[in-house]
Amino acid sequence: MAQITKSKSIGEWLDQRLATKKLAKVMMTEYWIPKDINFLWAMGIVLVVLFKILIISGIFLMMYYKPDVDLAFDSVNYTIMQEVEYGWLWRNMHAVAASMMFLVIYIHMFTAIYYGSYKNGREMIWLTGMALFVTFSAAGFSGYMLPWGQMSFWAAQVITNLFGGVPLIGDALVVWIRGDFAVADATLTRFFMLHVFLLPLVIIFLIVIHFYSLRIPHVNNQEGEDIDFDKESEKYLKGDKKESKVVPFWPVFLAKDFYVVSVCLTLFFFFVFYYNGFAMPAVNFEPADPMVTPKYIYPEWYFLWSYEVLRGFFFDIGPIKAMDIGLIAFGFANVIFFIFPFLDKDPRVLPAHKRPRFKIWFWVLIFTMIVLTVYGKLPPKGINNIIGFISSMTFISLFLILPYITKKDAGGVK
Amino acid sequence: MVVKKSRRDFLGMAFGGFAAVGGIMSLGAMKASWNPLPSVKAAGFTTVDLSSMQDGDLQTITWRGKPVFILKKTDEMKKIDSRDVIVNSEEYAVMIGLCTHLGCIPSWQAERMIFHCACHGGEFDASGMVTFGPPPRPLDIPPFKIDGTKLTLGEEGPQYKKLEAKA
Repeated sequence: MAQITKSKSIGEWLDQRLATKKLAKVMMTEYWIPKDINFLWAMGIVLVVLFKILIISGIFLMMYYKPDVDLAFDSVNYTIMQEVEYGWLWRNMHAVAASMMFLVIYIHMFTAIYYGSYKNGREMIWLTGMALFVTFSAAGFSGYMLPWGQMSFWAAQVITNLFGGVPLIGDALVVWIRGDFAVADATLTRFFMLHVFLLPLVIIFLIVIHFYSLRIPHVNNQEGEDIDFDKESEKYLKGDKKESKVVPFWPVFLAKDFYVVSVCLTLFFFFVFYYNGFAMPAVNFEPADPMVTPKYIYPEWYFLWSYEVLRGFFFDIGPIKAMDIGLIAFGFANVIFFIFPFLDKDPRVLPAHKRPRFKIWFWVLIFTMIVLTVYGKLPPKGINNIIGFISSMTFISLFLILPYITKKDAGGVK
Repeated sequence: MVVKKSRRDFLGMAFGGFAAVGGIMSLGAMKASWNPLPSVKAAGFTTVDLSSMQDGDLQTITWRGKPVFILKKTDEMKKIDSRDVIVNSEEYAVMIGLCTHLGCIPSWQAERMIFHCACHGGEFDASGMVTFGPPPRPLDIPPFKIDGTKLTLGEEGPQYKKLEAKA
């Protein structure tokens, strides 16, 4: 047992019982971060801040929200938006933070892809990160349903119908997920539970694992340099701060993070107060009507690229139905990022600008995803169908050739 | 090597076995709790009188929370034996108004005589057959029964069974 002596301060009292000094060293003051990084390394902390905003605004929304098909719409659009003091603020913050969360997740994800921060010991960071992306997607979708507007209803209708593509049990599965033959009260209450309880719980658990899996292999740097953290940290602790290639997480790294967070929050509150329409489309301010599909329906912007892959295949190929091809392509698009570390056959950790072929591949991927996102929102007519098909094919082909391209770049390095 | 089963192994296996059975059974309970409720399954029947419909009219009614299209066919529209519903010796198309792709409601474009789905561009003709796009099958025909000029949805009448046999 630890040596318990009479403490002179609360800090010392806690340290004797919880080893708080040791904990602070491991987690903060002796958790080493390379110097050679840029603002893109701050996105993780930006995400943490946005998630906190979601939780806090969500708590206030939940006190007035009523998960019932007859009450939900008014509880949001009348009670929260008009009666509750600052209710509109919580709602705008919640919607904008959810949207911005995905923007930052994509930046975070493509930063990792660009700098090769997903391989050579960092696979678990990537896998838990992808699990977070999927869970956040489910949370975003279930939350979108709650105001029970037209888009809420029809998004729920289309997304639950996707499970109809599962072989053999598809139709029964759709009814089981909805708890009714159509999207109805039972559907709303169960998605409410998922949104406010189960999914946040899973997210918090995954965040802990995500952070832990980063602590052992350490953060990557701009040049993919393999830093000897023991040697460099020793230099830093001896006072040779200029020569050392690392800085402590707290206070040095976080001080810079706070700057990036401040810039992002300025942008965030600009959106919250002056430009929140993109997170809350006008169609969703009409109550859900199971008898009228809105003229154009489209998902939130962050799902558009995979939605476009889903509908990019509009014709049958031999005996395979267009719907099944679309569903297979959609499944591919959602799973393929998970196995990214295993498709990259170059064992070296290098930024894309030091990998000639991968660099081109990376920018073509970004371009294709932007095209898919833009066309995902346009009505599926005429030339749009063709562009959707070509870009969906490009997206899939990019991943099929990735192993060859990275192998070529490696040039025989094992 | 001699395999030795001790009392401790037995306790471990017995404990693990009971825990596994309990775990599987509670998963079954969780699955069942998500099933549609009896009140939902027993959703009612809807009856509609077709006598006032003119050639080319389309009416949309609600049945079990879903839209159902009833279209009185004109002479220009193709007759399909396996899908047309005959009421009072007139042909009607009766079908669930949800696109078989992902469940949006297609809208009737009278001048082109097609149902167009705005979600993913699927198109169906007046009989509900797919003419373009991703829908995997024609629009579904709900169970119905005919009594004079009245159509009851939710009940399987002789004509419905005949159509089902032809499909």
